[in-house]
Amino acid sequence: MGALDFAFLDWDIFNKFVLKGLLFSIELTVLATIGGIVFGTILALMRLSGRSVLVWPAQIYVNGMRSIPLVMVILWVFLLMPFLIGRSIGAEISALVTFIVFEAAFFSEIMRAGIQSISRSQVMAGQALGLTYSQNMRWIVLPQAFRNMIPVLLTQTIVLFQDTSLVYAIGAYDLLKGFVTAGKIYGRVEEVYILAAIVYFVICFSLSTSVKRLQSRMAIVR
Amino acid sequence: MALDWQVFLEDDGGGRTYLEWMFEAWGWTLSVAASAWVVAMVVGALMGTLRTVPDDRPFNRFFIKFATAWVELFRNIPVLVQIFLWYFVVPKVFPAFQQVPGFTLVVLGLGFFTSARIAEQVRAGIQALPRGQRYAAMAMGLTTFQSYRFVLWPMAFRMIWPPLTSESMNLLKNSSVAFAVSIAELTMYAMQVQEETSRGIEVYLVVTALYAISALTVNRVMAFVEKRMQIPGVVVARQSGGGH
Repeated sequence: MGALDFAFLDWDIFNKFVLKGLLFSIELTVLATIGGIVFGTILALMRLSGRSVLVWPAQIYVNGMRSIPLVMVILWVFLLMPFLIGRSIGAEISALVTFIVFEAAFFSEIMRAGIQSISRSQVMAGQALGLTYSQNMRWIVLPQAFRNMIPVLLTQTIVLFQDTSLVYAIGAYDLLKGFVTAGKIYGRVEEVYILAAIVYFVICFSLSTSVKRLQSRMAIVR
Repeated sequence: MALDWQVFLEDDGGGRTYLEWMFEAWGWTLSVAASAWVVAMVVGALMGTLRTVPDDRPFNRFFIKFATAWVELFRNIPVLVQIFLWYFVVPKVFPAFQQVPGFTLVVLGLGFFTSARIAEQVRAGIQALPRGQRYAAMAMGLTTFQSYRFVLWPMAFRMIWPPLTSESMNLLKNSSVAFAVSIAELTMYAMQVQEETSRGIEVYLVVTALYAISALTVNRVMAFVEKRMQIPGVVVARQSGGGH
């Protein structure tokens, strides 16, 4: 065994370096999930609308996003945002924009599956009650689709949380960067990677375990 | 903002054009992804299978626990962190790894990360088979290994081929994280050339297109294999949304 030394570890490191990054990672995950679900639902509705003027752009967007690496999207947004809005924005805002536009494509696939899982007779019952298309979606289809897809949406959120570490590419200060910064200052570069892995593992493992529990409970209800 | 494609014909200062460098980078991306794919498929198939072995023997119960732990460990740590662990931490903790080239370490990192996802698909595929298939194999007098080799695997792998296709595409896309440990692949190339030439848009456009072409090729190759292996009348697993 080589020489790893964790003696430098104390709460100071957590408070000074890690906490700030952890908060940003969580903030990024939560905001990107909300934004991704909102835009993803719109994309899913466009794809299911049956009007080619809406179907095609949504389809190109979703398939395009799904065939390029997230890191490239992070770099693209970071490069283009200053051109688009005329001034430079921080890596953190740029990361948030990236995750919303990127995750929207993935959430839209989930929402589409959710909407398609609702039986036709539900829609027909809504129509028989005289609901318009949008009322039908708003009150009958989407609430059920969303509810059925909660476990899948949460699983995607865990994937998203792991992927927030990729903002490393543009130097945004997230959980991983917090550890890396502390490692550089204390001269313990290797050790902090292990600590980062442990923290990510504990968070993701406990989240995925609770999603599994939720899934089995929902399976009984239905 | 006019695009200037001449940039690809310029010299990078080392006697090659940016275009030549780009194809070299593409080669690195493809070789990292292809090597990691082999690791991921072999280890993923093994771990996924081990999770489904009959639990009537203590040895097997150990295997099930081990494979479950494997999957949870490699699935719940971000791929970038895993790459850092392989590249920086493993050689420090195990001096034997200091002789191993960085390329191999990245391939192991990406491969093991993906193996956890493939193991989940393999497990799901085997468990989706009717229980009677396994019992029939036992009744024929096949050993556990033989029943996997001749009865369960041939069916399960055909059923999970579509999700394996998207995992393979994910692997190709995830190979982009190798930039973080200075493997000279496409993302690294894009970042470096953008810095040297300030022609980010042109470079990113081409690199993004190369990724999309590569992903599409993987998709077509896997679809070709799927078609060739297809058993008439057998329906395969549907893909669900999400994942990366």
